[in-house]
Amino acid sequence: MSAKQILTNLMMALACIAAGSLAQAGDMPDQASLDTMVKYFDAVEFDHAMHTELGEDCSACHHHTTGTGTTDERCVSCHADSNETASVSCRDCHVAEPFSADHINLVSANVYLYHFDKPGLKAAYHWNCVSCHEQMDGPTGCQDCHTRTAEGDALYRVDVTGSQAAETTGH
Amino acid sequence: MSGISRRRFLAASVAGCAATTLAGPKKALAAGAFSGYPDGMGVLVDLTRCIGCRSCEAACNNEQNLPAPNKPFDDKSVFDETFHGGKQKRRPDENAYTVVNRYDTESSSKPVYRKVQCNHCSEPACLSSCFVNAYTKTPEGAVIYNSKVCVGCRNCMIACPFNIPGYSYSSAFDPVVKKCIMCYDTRLKKGLPPACVDICPQEALTFGKRKDLIKIGHQRIQTHPGRYVNHLYGEKELGGTHWMYLSSVPFEEVGFDPNPGNEPIINNVKDFLSTVPMVLAIWPAMFTGFHLLAKKKDGHGGHEHDVEEHHDEEGGAQ
Repeated sequence: MSAKQILTNLMMALACIAAGSLAQAGDMPDQASLDTMVKYFDAVEFDHAMHTELGEDCSACHHHTTGTGTTDERCVSCHADSNETASVSCRDCHVAEPFSADHINLVSANVYLYHFDKPGLKAAYHWNCVSCHEQMDGPTGCQDCHTRTAEGDALYRVDVTGSQAAETTGH
Repeated sequence: MSGISRRRFLAASVAGCAATTLAGPKKALAAGAFSGYPDGMGVLVDLTRCIGCRSCEAACNNEQNLPAPNKPFDDKSVFDETFHGGKQKRRPDENAYTVVNRYDTESSSKPVYRKVQCNHCSEPACLSSCFVNAYTKTPEGAVIYNSKVCVGCRNCMIACPFNIPGYSYSSAFDPVVKKCIMCYDTRLKKGLPPACVDICPQEALTFGKRKDLIKIGHQRIQTHPGRYVNHLYGEKELGGTHWMYLSSVPFEEVGFDPNPGNEPIINNVKDFLSTVPMVLAIWPAMFTGFHLLAKKKDGHGGHEHDVEEHHDEEGGAQ
């Protein structure tokens, strides 16, 4: 179990480095591997190239960091004239573990800063993707995007059926 | 012999009276001023973010080694289950420390999902009602339970204003109370978020220090006008809880008691309970003193039949 977790963490670290180097190179990736839930779901191979062709401005997903900038009234008060940032990768701003002791202490020390209540990486992906998919009739079900691993099947107890349920209740 | 013991007894009773009159109110005051553990951890549940995926239920079941559910955790048909003539939605029990329910409300065109679990009160009623101290409110914020000292009276189940503690009725020989402990043993103690928080894909559950979550909650209401009803449920309710809620619809529409009051449950009985030690300590001393004084009147070492005669005289006079 712990060995698996270590392996998972290593994989995530490697993915971070890979994503970081992409961003540093200034290249727009054609594909990005979204791997915040790899224990229970395979990484989602996000087709970045396809999404950039949908015609929306980059800032539709990347807020004020790239593209024409944001029009959200809550953001423009500070970011109307913001320059493009050096890194536009999601995971450079949205931390993978928002509830680690370190990050909670960081939030605690900066609780009056505007961005202290920023979602973690997993939530940032889901909010950004799902809200747009709902408007654009894209996939919104969990397994429309995520392939569940064997461990995920075990977690969600897909082995349980109606007949077993009756036994469980009876004993 | 009787003189010495009498003197000692009276001295002790005076000391006892002094102790109860001084300590009694002081203790009551201290308990009334208890504001919980603001640095303790809690969770802010944002109902506007929950999509009803039930992953939290799955993670809880796995983390706490609970029995297999009746239906898989990705089965949404559980949202249609009702009990007691359709009035009661699912509730946590011995097999599930948390459940998510769906509400089709008047105020929202979309269904609203609400996660239910122990709210980890700052001054828990379950703890107050337990006469063997099976419950502990830890400085980390969790309300935990020690099955080894529990005698199975289930007072806590009646005392809980949220109807949370379940009982393992299915276990004939070792039944215990079962409820969410915020993953205290396996996670919270080690500085990790509870399993449900960890797995939530939407960050509908925000884990943090209670005092920070209060600020975050109010900040969200302020930053997103129109998105939330202007209330952080659990900030003040029943003396404050470590799990708090934000909602887009009035709380009574999603199964909350809209006005449980801001006083901890213990305050309902605190005045009464504080008189109990006083009665127990003062009355025996006082009436023994009266008795001894009455005896003294008859002279030292008065015999029983003297007292009886005296009583008879009194009776006769009346």
